Amino acid sequence: MNIPSNLKYTNTDEWVSVDGNVATIGVTDHAQEQLSDVVFVEITVSVGDKLAKKATIATVESVKAAADVNLPVSGKVVAVNEDLPQTPELVNTDPYGKAWMIKVEMDNPAELDGLMDAAGYEKHTRE
Amino acid sequence: MFTPHTDAEREEMLRVIGVRKLDDLFADVPIAKRYPKLDLPPALTEIEARLQMEEFAFGNNTAQERACFLGAGAYYHYTPAAVDAIIRRGEFLTAYTPYQPEVSQGTLQAIFEYQSLIANLTGMDVSNASHYDGATATAEAAVMAYHHFRGKRTRIILSPSLNPQYREVVKTYMGGYEGIELAGENLDPLGNPDDLTALLNDNTALLIVQYPDFFGRIYDFTTVIEKAHQFGALVAVAVNPMAMGLLKTPGAMGADIAVGEGQSLGLPLSFGGPYLGIFATKKEYVRKIAGRLVGETADTEGRRGYVLTLTAREQHIRREKATSNICTNQGLMALAATVYMSLLGKNGLKEVATLCYQKAHYAADQISKLDGYEVLATAPFFHEFVVKCPQSVEETNMHLLANGFLGGYDLGNDYPALSGHMLIAVTEMVSKEDIDDLCEALKEVNNG
Amino acid sequence: MAEATIYEISSKDRKGFRFPACDVPETPLPAGLLRDDLPMPEVSELDVIRHFTNLSHLNYSIDSGYYPLGSCTMKYNPKINEEVARLPGFAFTHPLQPIETVQGNLAMMYELQLWLAEICGMAGVTLQPAAGAQGEYTGVLIIRAYHQSRGDLKRNKILIPDSAHGTNPATSAMSGFEVLGIATDSKGNVDLESLKASLDDTVAGLMLTNPNTLGLFDQNVEEVVRLVHEAGGLVYGDGANLNALLGIVRPGDLGFDIMHFNLHKTFSTPHGGGGPGSGPVGVAKHLVEFLPFPVVGIIEEGDEETPPLYGFVKPEKTIGRMKSFHGQFGMMVRAYNYISMHGPDGLRDIAENAVLNANYLLARLRSTFHVPYDRICMHEFVMEGHLDDAPDVHALDIAKRLMDYDFHPPTNYFPLIVHEALMIEPTETENKQTLDRFADVLIKIADEARKTPELLHSAPHKTPIGRLDEVRAAKELVLCCWLPEKI
Repeated sequence: MNIPSNLKYTNTDEWVSVDGNVATIGVTDHAQEQLSDVVFVEITVSVGDKLAKKATIATVESVKAAADVNLPVSGKVVAVNEDLPQTPELVNTDPYGKAWMIKVEMDNPAELDGLMDAAGYEKHTRE
Repeated sequence: MFTPHTDAEREEMLRVIGVRKLDDLFADVPIAKRYPKLDLPPALTEIEARLQMEEFAFGNNTAQERACFLGAGAYYHYTPAAVDAIIRRGEFLTAYTPYQPEVSQGTLQAIFEYQSLIANLTGMDVSNASHYDGATATAEAAVMAYHHFRGKRTRIILSPSLNPQYREVVKTYMGGYEGIELAGENLDPLGNPDDLTALLNDNTALLIVQYPDFFGRIYDFTTVIEKAHQFGALVAVAVNPMAMGLLKTPGAMGADIAVGEGQSLGLPLSFGGPYLGIFATKKEYVRKIAGRLVGETADTEGRRGYVLTLTAREQHIRREKATSNICTNQGLMALAATVYMSLLGKNGLKEVATLCYQKAHYAADQISKLDGYEVLATAPFFHEFVVKCPQSVEETNMHLLANGFLGGYDLGNDYPALSGHMLIAVTEMVSKEDIDDLCEALKEVNNG
Repeated sequence: MAEATIYEISSKDRKGFRFPACDVPETPLPAGLLRDDLPMPEVSELDVIRHFTNLSHLNYSIDSGYYPLGSCTMKYNPKINEEVARLPGFAFTHPLQPIETVQGNLAMMYELQLWLAEICGMAGVTLQPAAGAQGEYTGVLIIRAYHQSRGDLKRNKILIPDSAHGTNPATSAMSGFEVLGIATDSKGNVDLESLKASLDDTVAGLMLTNPNTLGLFDQNVEEVVRLVHEAGGLVYGDGANLNALLGIVRPGDLGFDIMHFNLHKTFSTPHGGGGPGSGPVGVAKHLVEFLPFPVVGIIEEGDEETPPLYGFVKPEKTIGRMKSFHGQFGMMVRAYNYISMHGPDGLRDIAENAVLNANYLLARLRSTFHVPYDRICMHEFVMEGHLDDAPDVHALDIAKRLMDYDFHPPTNYFPLIVHEALMIEPTETENKQTLDRFADVLIKIADEARKTPELLHSAPHKTPIGRLDEVRAAKELVLCCWLPEKI
């Protein structure tokens, strides 16, 4: 299972990558393995939305499960991956790359400290 | 009684389980409450039970014995023999929900065909596998619209000429959602549907109209739907599927959702149930639909087959995040409707709708010639119309009953301003002679 | 052999059914309101009969085989029920006829209300809800109405055990409640500590299935009910598993305030490939005034000479109408007939034999498959569809392989709290030979799982169709027939 070391993680299987003040969010390799073939992705927020941590930003559906994707850090949405809903299988094939979901301008970068690092997330997936 | 066990078998089974007596299996049940004495009549054999049911049945008058002019949401139509022959087959009747597709292709393909026929009948893109009835399907349309706008739009406009029972059920279902406003009740029920557009605003999630409406009137909602769309609202049209054999479809008018009561598609009156809830939408809302959906696919050998699909929306997976709790629906009734629609087909569905239309218009015409009776026909109608009666509807119907008729519905029950008005329905089961005799009987009522 | 769709067997201008000619003078049809085309099939009556008969042959059904689906109660559906439901005196009555003309229907419904109340120990019953899920919805709405009527507006939570059927939390959410999960302890009972920790004055009630979806009777059920009542909440009983309790114990006697019935489970009305069901709801005395409208009642008392006049009554604080008309009447006729053919002794016989059958199967299978709870079960039990020495074989594979032996698989992957769950409910109408055959086959499949797992992974082989591509179905979303161009 792939857990890139440069990312931060939540215990609900989202990953965060940080570039300056902008956080990019998606779901992890572990998540897509649990879901199996993803057939549908709906991003439920728009550019400009101001959201609090834990807000639902997307829904991911496979044949046997459906999961909400939650925002790990509060912020304002600055970009949404418009291509992802057309090709939901990217969540399975490229969860950390082309299957990014949204980008937010963080309200409070200190919130990142509350997230897990790669080692911590790896341990979490084994529980 | 249908348990097959012999005493010898029971004893052997208890031995294998490792208990001494049957009572040991109920050790966890609080002893003080165990084995209540149920105050029920002793068991009847099949012969006795049948006699008892026949007694109940003979205690009724039926639409079959009388010429039936009663409608208001349930109609006396003919059920072809082929329909019952199919739904009585044990392979359909006693099958479970098709969760294991490999052994349920009969049910799955039948539902797939049902979905197709309903979508084509209503002019929509997709249909689900059924809802409980027209009223709950309408309520689910409201729930769907609420979730579509994520709770940000809270006004739902209900046409005043929507079946009163449908309105009541929408009220029940929307009670659990924050801040919902149901508008439209105060408008004139016999007014113009265009008046509804005055209630549209940016907070409107859904506009619900009925077609034909509760009073039988038909109306082209294309402009009303366009106006609703300008405000970003969705529109649901509650249809009588029998009328769709003849009339312009909600799909052709631009409706987002078509719901309706499928009882007219070959289901017996059966004192109100089981009936059939129709639910169809445009393609873009398919993931928001509640209830089951059957999709086409292939197996490992490439053979075409059918499965329940998009099940991740449903309660058994989404649980508290599901938008609806529906599980068991009206599967067998959907099958009955599928057989009916297939049997009648392109020609028969148009023919039966036309017969209803023609006979209803003849009846309206003849009644309008009677002194003291006024047919309210301000708009074109399908197979129901409103008649203002010189005596009370109750008295009129008592006289009609005594003369072999089931009279129309007393609109005063739901609309105080329409007391003294009767809603008369005419279907293919009514003959010209019945209509002429009805007019004679109505004349007698007026003459005192 | 796959069956073509009804559109594919259509032929232009073929007719299936003819109506008598129109006997009235014709009125012009409304211009501008007619449809342009009607894309419906054109087939003969033989085409229709043959098509649907052939489709029926592709189905498994109770009439043809054993269906051990847990929590579904796939018992025999008596044929006499089909006959009585079709009596013209029932089938041709319109729901809005004057009550004087349908006293037969109303008398039967009134008595059914009384019987269901008697069977479960409740004071009032509504027959209106269309299915179990709608019964649950009715029950939860009554809970909300009850608290609101007492001015107790802060109760916004419903407690639901983690073993519950998905309809329970879905229903609570639909009614505007927040759902709080309650743990199940190692014995398969509601975890009392988890319950106590969650109970406070914001809890409206607890939804409890007893016996639960593990097939176990809660050994502390009276304490659970007492705790919830003490905290001011109500207890709702999901009656899906009532088959284990008929004549054995009444939920009302255990303190339940509300419960729903599944006529299509416990009371033998047929499943029909997905309905119609029927979900009447029973309530204790303090909740009778909240029942949905209408309920059947006595309008005028009778005497020795005349029967009472039955009609519809509106409970004083009714939660409103749940669906149009009076409910799934045709299913009520079947259930009434079923109960009358059993009487109190017959009902208890059902529960005793249902529980006997389940325990017998459990005893035969527990040395082959792991059963997480080492207890006497009620009418169903859950085992793990996974063998330690065949790690690649899952419950799904066992389920699919069962079909090659002409058995419908048990419920799988439910309840969620058991790993690789297989939930088995034989029901009381299965005989010992069938149970033995089923146990023998499962034991054989366990052996196959160890020796030739490929047989399971690629199963089923003997059914009309093999494993279907569900991913493709969800992605490509073909939900309607392809219309041949000729239509």
